[in-house]
Amino acid sequence: MTATSASDIGTSRPRASYMGGLPKAAGTLAACVVSAAASANTSNGYNLPPGVTQISQGIYALHMEAFWICVGIAVVVFGAMIYSLVKFRASQGAVADTTMLHSTKVEIIWTIVPVIILVVMAVPAAELILKMEDMRNSDLSIRVTGYQWKWQYQYMNDEDGIGFFSTLKQDSNFARELHSGIDPNTVPNYLLDVDHPLVVPSGTKVRIILTSADVIHAWYVPDFGLKRSAIPGFINELWFKVEPGKEGIYRGQCAALCGRDHGFMPVVVDVLTPDDFKKWVEQQKAALKQAAAPEPAAPRSAQVLN
Amino acid sequence: MAQDLAHDASQEHGLDASHDHADHAPTGIKRWLFSTNHKDIGTMYLVFSLIMFFIGGSMAMVIRAELYEPGLQLVDPERFNQMTTMHALVMIFGAVMPAFVGLANWMVPLQIGAPDMALPRMNNLSFWLLPFAFTLLLGTFFMPGGAPAAGWTMYPPLVLQTGDAMPMLIFAVHLMGASSIMGAINIIVTMMNMRAPGMNLLKMPLFCWSWLITAYLLIAVMPVLAGAVTMLLTDHFFGTSFFNAAGGGDPLMFEHVFWFFGHPEVYIMILPAFGIISEILPTFARKPLFGATSMIYAIASIAFLSFIVWGHHMFVDGMPMAAQLFFMMSTMLIAVPTGVKVFNWTATLWRGSISFEPPMLFALAFLFLFSIGGFSGLMLALVPVDFQYNNTYFVVAHFHYVLVPGAIFAIMGAVYYWLPKWTGHMYNMALAKWHFWLSAIFVNVLFFPQHFLGLAGMPRRIPDYAVQFTDWNRVSSIGGFVFGASQILFVILIVQCVRGGKRASAAVWDGALPTGLEWTLPSPPPFHTFTVAPEIK
Repeated sequence: MTATSASDIGTSRPRASYMGGLPKAAGTLAACVVSAAASANTSNGYNLPPGVTQISQGIYALHMEAFWICVGIAVVVFGAMIYSLVKFRASQGAVADTTMLHSTKVEIIWTIVPVIILVVMAVPAAELILKMEDMRNSDLSIRVTGYQWKWQYQYMNDEDGIGFFSTLKQDSNFARELHSGIDPNTVPNYLLDVDHPLVVPSGTKVRIILTSADVIHAWYVPDFGLKRSAIPGFINELWFKVEPGKEGIYRGQCAALCGRDHGFMPVVVDVLTPDDFKKWVEQQKAALKQAAAPEPAAPRSAQVLN
Repeated sequence: MAQDLAHDASQEHGLDASHDHADHAPTGIKRWLFSTNHKDIGTMYLVFSLIMFFIGGSMAMVIRAELYEPGLQLVDPERFNQMTTMHALVMIFGAVMPAFVGLANWMVPLQIGAPDMALPRMNNLSFWLLPFAFTLLLGTFFMPGGAPAAGWTMYPPLVLQTGDAMPMLIFAVHLMGASSIMGAINIIVTMMNMRAPGMNLLKMPLFCWSWLITAYLLIAVMPVLAGAVTMLLTDHFFGTSFFNAAGGGDPLMFEHVFWFFGHPEVYIMILPAFGIISEILPTFARKPLFGATSMIYAIASIAFLSFIVWGHHMFVDGMPMAAQLFFMMSTMLIAVPTGVKVFNWTATLWRGSISFEPPMLFALAFLFLFSIGGFSGLMLALVPVDFQYNNTYFVVAHFHYVLVPGAIFAIMGAVYYWLPKWTGHMYNMALAKWHFWLSAIFVNVLFFPQHFLGLAGMPRRIPDYAVQFTDWNRVSSIGGFVFGASQILFVILIVQCVRGGKRASAAVWDGALPTGLEWTLPSPPPFHTFTVAPEIK
């Protein structure tokens, strides 16, 4: 049904022992500098995922632009600091230039130049905000409701009422208990797997209508560049469109503290091709019809007294 | 009543200029319980803050120990949420803020040539409210249901699920707020009314200026927090619906009110640090602060801007586009005066004659590491990318960089700077350098990897995580354990210094160029100082 995607690669790394000791920790310290941790999304383990939507890729590009600008500023400013600390040391006989007290010209320059840099950063950011806020012309609407501690997905477009809860998968749920004795590394997609993922088609503008049944939650899928708060009594709107060819399973988590099991209510989205999605919808409708069919008359229990 | 007046008169010695009386301190527990002396009250604030730092720090150790490996090993999720909540409340309201108030109490009267704070009895109340408030707050750990666990941000409706600890939380926040407001009033009135003749406002040292502006921020926003938590109280106990949509209210309104307090609050926690750095760097660069007037304007700009950026904590809540654009731009704008400060500090070093005593080491570490926190802050301001960063470890990394190697290092630098003045003894320099290097290196091991975790998608406030986050969490936890353990050196050093050590001169830092009235006084200064106003040239 689903094509394997890059997002599934390297999601679990078998480890020799459950509890790492100090030597192992030291080894880890050294090793992780060399090898970035694998991840369950298109992130390389230490940077944002570029993701599978145009918006997520726009976000990634903006992030890298901001990052490099900061690196550039840091090189200049830290360079001047380090130079001063080396060149102007009292121990090396440096004598302080006490005539250097202030300079209005310099203050103006290092006020204006940062403003220009900020404008350079703000323009692409504003453009991206405009794109993200464009909720028009969606093809599919899904209502997402946060609960303590699971998500509910309800498809709004058809009258058949496809809807279900999406809860942390059993194997993760057992392993995560305090003193469970189960090594999380033996659980596939530990804490990031659910019984019924949200299923959506690629190449389609999907509109999410988000709310909560109890406390504030947040629906977060890193690979879509999406995060929005789910607020009880209010509706938030967001959209995403997964590029065709990027079908696969994408995993996120609740991103607003919502109580005891805030860390245990993942968001899993299964992106299918439009054809596969149609097939899935038909399957769901058929299952609903069967569930709604009248049951054959059952014999009365022997315990019912006449 | 007449007896009280007599007691007070003998305490204050205000009119008696003879040295014997100026150095006569009361003895026993009364000295501390009933103190109206800015030096003693400053000392109490600082000792209290150090104790709270260790209490909040041990909660952080539990957090890092739990996060060392995926899976739950130590605490259940509810207890973990109590740790994260209380760690923040204790550190913010018990460690950082009282430390700055303690430094203000000690140094502001000395720096402006005043005999004490303007309102010495209110000063006493301001301090003693804090141990009481924290007994209430920390006592919730021993109540059924445990401590509050909804985050220090206390968002409803979640916080309304708090059990028996709810009234303790609200009451403690009210008491801490009252303490801060009274302290701020005292500071403003002292600086406006009690400067020695000849000390006009522009001659006032940068530490005093930073506190003058901080005090206005405190008075403006602590009452807002009080309003917010009072609404939580009435929603919880008296059936109001401020934050309940079914009753016509809005959970987001809490976020607005809270962050209207919360954002200036973080500037309250950093502006005095800026003042401290502006005192330390010129001393050990042997060169006056570059652009001192500009620095004061920068602090004032930051303070003003801090009121119009609160929405950046709420970008993911479904904010209208116009508001997203406004808050993005106002938040980015704060980088300008902050950058001006960093540039001026760098210019102070440039063509100076620099030495590396412990206070200078901390100030230099601040300069580098606070700037890194500033960079991540600038990135967080960009709305589209904030949708990725929000509520992940990227945010945790950002605020810990500005608070730990930012505010906390500035506080430690200030202690290393002024401790010989307060005690009359030089401390163990080797121990101080060990404390510095261990802290400076391991604070980075602790917090830098958290940037990676956030970018890779790890949310915050979770007790357990998907296995691909293991490596960086392990590194961070190791950093945390070593950083935490290193702070014991600080305590040892302080205790040793209080007890004895090489005599410190009045100027303390021989060879350096400390300016400021505090260096004209003996080390340690007598119990009462500047009972006769000094002459300011």
